[in-house]
Amino acid sequence: MTDLNSLSYTEEHEWIERSGDVATVGITDYAADKLGDVVFVDLPAVGDTVTAGDVCGEIESTKSVGELYAPVTGEVVEVNTALDDDPSVINSDAFGDGWLLKIRGTESVALLDRAGYEAFTGGAA
Amino acid sequence: MTGAFASRHIGISPDAQRRMLDGLGYESIDALVKAAVPASIHSAPRASSSIPAPATEAEALAELRALADQNRPARAMIGLGYYDTFTPSVIARNVLENPSWYTAYTPYQPEISQGRLEALINFQTMVTDLTGLATANASMLDESTAVAEGMLLARRASKAKTNVFVVDADALPQTKAVLRSRASAVGVHLEELALADGATLPDELFGVFVQYPGASGRVWDPSGVIDAAHVAGGLAVVAADLLALTLLRSPGSLGADVAVGTTQRFGVPMGFGGPHAGYMAVRQGLERQLPGRLVGVSQDADGHPAYRLALQTREQHIRREKATSNICTAQVLLAVMAAMYAVYHGPEGLRAIATDIARKTEALAQRLRDYGQSVHHDAFFDTLRVTVPGTARTVIERARAKGYQLFWADEATVGISVDETTTAEDLAIVAWAFGAPEADEHDVRSVPVEGFAPLSGVDAALRRVDEYLTHPVFHAHRSETAMMRYLKLLADRDYALDRGMIPLGSCTMKLNASTEMAAISWPEFARVHPFAPEEDVHGSLAMIEQLETWLAEVTGYDSVSLQPNAGSQGELAGLLAIRGYHDANGDTERRVCLIPSSAHGTNAASAVLAGMTVVVVACDEAGNVDLDDLRAKIAAHESELAALMITYPSTHGVYEQDVVAITQAVHDAGGQVYVDGANLNALLGFARFGELGGDVSHLNLHKTFAIPHGGGGPGIGPVAAKAHLARHLPSHPLAQRADHAGGVRFEGGPVSGAPYGSAGVLPISWAYVRMMGSEGLAEATGAAVLAANHLAARLREHFPVLYTGENGLVAHECILDLRPLREQTGITVDDVAKRLIDYGFHAPTMSFPVAGTLMVEPTESEDLDELERFIEAMIAIKAEAVAVAAGEWPADDNPLVNAPHTAASIARDDWTHPYSREIAVYPVHTLVRAKYWPPVRRIDNAYGDRNLVCACPPVEAFA
Repeated sequence: MTDLNSLSYTEEHEWIERSGDVATVGITDYAADKLGDVVFVDLPAVGDTVTAGDVCGEIESTKSVGELYAPVTGEVVEVNTALDDDPSVINSDAFGDGWLLKIRGTESVALLDRAGYEAFTGGAA
Repeated sequence: MTGAFASRHIGISPDAQRRMLDGLGYESIDALVKAAVPASIHSAPRASSSIPAPATEAEALAELRALADQNRPARAMIGLGYYDTFTPSVIARNVLENPSWYTAYTPYQPEISQGRLEALINFQTMVTDLTGLATANASMLDESTAVAEGMLLARRASKAKTNVFVVDADALPQTKAVLRSRASAVGVHLEELALADGATLPDELFGVFVQYPGASGRVWDPSGVIDAAHVAGGLAVVAADLLALTLLRSPGSLGADVAVGTTQRFGVPMGFGGPHAGYMAVRQGLERQLPGRLVGVSQDADGHPAYRLALQTREQHIRREKATSNICTAQVLLAVMAAMYAVYHGPEGLRAIATDIARKTEALAQRLRDYGQSVHHDAFFDTLRVTVPGTARTVIERARAKGYQLFWADEATVGISVDETTTAEDLAIVAWAFGAPEADEHDVRSVPVEGFAPLSGVDAALRRVDEYLTHPVFHAHRSETAMMRYLKLLADRDYALDRGMIPLGSCTMKLNASTEMAAISWPEFARVHPFAPEEDVHGSLAMIEQLETWLAEVTGYDSVSLQPNAGSQGELAGLLAIRGYHDANGDTERRVCLIPSSAHGTNAASAVLAGMTVVVVACDEAGNVDLDDLRAKIAAHESELAALMITYPSTHGVYEQDVVAITQAVHDAGGQVYVDGANLNALLGFARFGELGGDVSHLNLHKTFAIPHGGGGPGIGPVAAKAHLARHLPSHPLAQRADHAGGVRFEGGPVSGAPYGSAGVLPISWAYVRMMGSEGLAEATGAAVLAANHLAARLREHFPVLYTGENGLVAHECILDLRPLREQTGITVDDVAKRLIDYGFHAPTMSFPVAGTLMVEPTESEDLDELERFIEAMIAIKAEAVAVAAGEWPADDNPLVNAPHTAASIARDDWTHPYSREIAVYPVHTLVRAKYWPPVRRIDNAYGDRNLVCACPPVEAFA
């Protein structure tokens, strides 16, 4: 079970878990809930370079599309290919098996801690 | 009421109106509307009107007959994408002339739309089979705009970093004109090349467009060009004649990425240009790039297969300025007809029709050669180009004198196209027009066709060998009895206006009267080619001129173009007119389009297609444009401001007080004002767009002016403009007349393949205006506003009504807020919409413009009983929700979350729910007499988008 307090968060409702210079990125359950049933995820390719704050992908539900903003600048080292077959895991396990991609890099957008994220969502997270 | 017809069109009797007005506290409808509409924009009465006093239904039909008689019937052999065809009578009577099909709406509530969704799946399967590609959508607006959409798709999907798109020199002329207009708006550079002659492709391109067969009729193998396009990193878009594809190799087998075209010759009348369903199909991997509606197969709550609109997140109503297209209304009714033509004929029947056409063309070519004529190509399907140095006009006139329309390609070339209706006698007369020699040893009366082989000059490698249309649906309905019953079975599955009110906000589902519908089937209007000579279509042109004049008058504009085939296209044309105006003034940097956050998604998508940048303007808590934010956005973009798009009354159903200040602010900054006319039904007769600051608008004839919605099309979206913009309205290279009503010439690029768009259904709106007269139009508006305010007043104690305007009144629609209900009871707006089905209703618009709400537009055609029935249902549903909150039924097992209930679900022996079957399906006793049975339970949307299936499932799936 992921310790939500150990993660960092962005104002685009993403979470980051750091391990050395690699950041694992996903969206929060709050965001997944707002999107509804996720049906498709469009992620960058392994080897692509992404820039913190820029759109690098999309998450589609039946009724809306959410843009995925790269929280970190760097090289994409891994993407969660399991999402091709079953994107619904983003809804059921947003902080665990619903992870999206891993980026090698350190420069990031402004990050919030758990308390800061909960305040940002007005306590709804 | 003034005219006799007005009392047939308006559902609320004078008596009922009196009672409703008393309930609201107003003396008259006029007083009510004038209290709702800001005084600053009330129209002054006109001294004179171009609209005649209302005609009775009989008089209108007689006038239409007189207009029809001014068209000169002829055998159209002009080709260029439009061909005469036999509409099977069973399809004409049971689809085109059947309100169960033509009064349906776009299938956003799939549970009550399974009939037309199945017909559209048949359409998609027909297209994918014939084109040899993986996925097809459920219709484009016409072939030319489909090619334009193919070009934009290629740009989105190609990784090539260039803006060059190659265009086949032998493409249809109208397609080239539309492409030029669309390309220049978005910075695409077109390069026209004679691809069939082996022209070399440029090194850099993002796509290539091939016409197959060519407009000249030439059949050639484009696979080399397609391969070269791929090598350059581009996509190949092939416009293919579907009937030819029954005999020729499919675009998919030749490597095409995208195939587009029209399905008009599959039994849909030419209609002087439309409406017809265009098609688009893509190879695997491009599904998410498809524009427009895509029908998919999912399953319902009981695990049975069920159809729905899939991947809606591609579309403008969700993705707005990032949508794959601005298309909203498509051509569903016509797609259904074309699909049923394929169902009725089956692959063998279609192949036989195509073979017959090809053989006749071979025979004609031989007869012409016998006469010493020079036929350009040896490889052709149905179209010939003949060289007649200096005498093309003579040949055309000789043919016309005998009642045959041929194509004048240039002063030395005549084009002839053969179609399903061409006889051997026709061929003889056409050949004669080229000048039979003195001693004509042939029998001039007919051209023998036996003994000619189809496609004799076509390389064997291009002949089709694979099977198509193998699904049982294309084999099971070949007798007329079987076809009639299949059509009835599907129609019975659907909820259309012939069952009850469809109160969808801003859709204006009013009556589509039988008299209005009558003339569209007359051959004088239906069997007319869009490029017919001017002398042959005086009746249609007169009707067009009258309608242009009437629509300009009622909207307060100076000129109207009827060319756009849908509101989305009208928007695009209007924005392009604004762009053209700024460019002509040297203000080429004016490209910013301000759009309120509450706007319909097409607004943003259209702005992008017009090459503009979208800047969103905030709305205040009352749903009105935030004037402060507007001023700030104007200031931030003053020198680049092109336009503001507003909807009036707003998408929230309110007549914004500040509209004059809003439009003034934009004008002061040098911008133009685009008024989205979707809600005209709340304004017509009381105020005019041109008088509240509008410079240009589109109208929706399939809303305000009674053209039926057809299940998702046809639509017509005329663009109306002030004089200073009129020059930039759409023209067309093949229009019969350069001038429009008032002697104004339009010079903008075309937005449709046909000069007057979907002219075939203009008689409907013509008849509506003719029978209502100016006063009737205003009465309709008044009754619509009365009905909406009655609903709001009666329901507001049960559901908050969002956003009222002057005097606490709404316009022609009201928004019911269901969010408090969700908070109190957990019952969602979806649950309410599906439970309304059990009560015999089509739900109002869900969650637009505000999530968690229902937007209700009853229209003037409903009577008080129907309005009360809806009120009763909503109150009862609320009581059911409250019962759930009170614990009477569990949150996961109650009539709301389990809605809708099918007959099958209650006919089971094991009924385990905590409520009775009677409550499930007959919650109100009156339903026993008039019950609509939904064919499926609630459909699983996520399942359908995660497991995309867009063709006919195997028959076993339904076992």
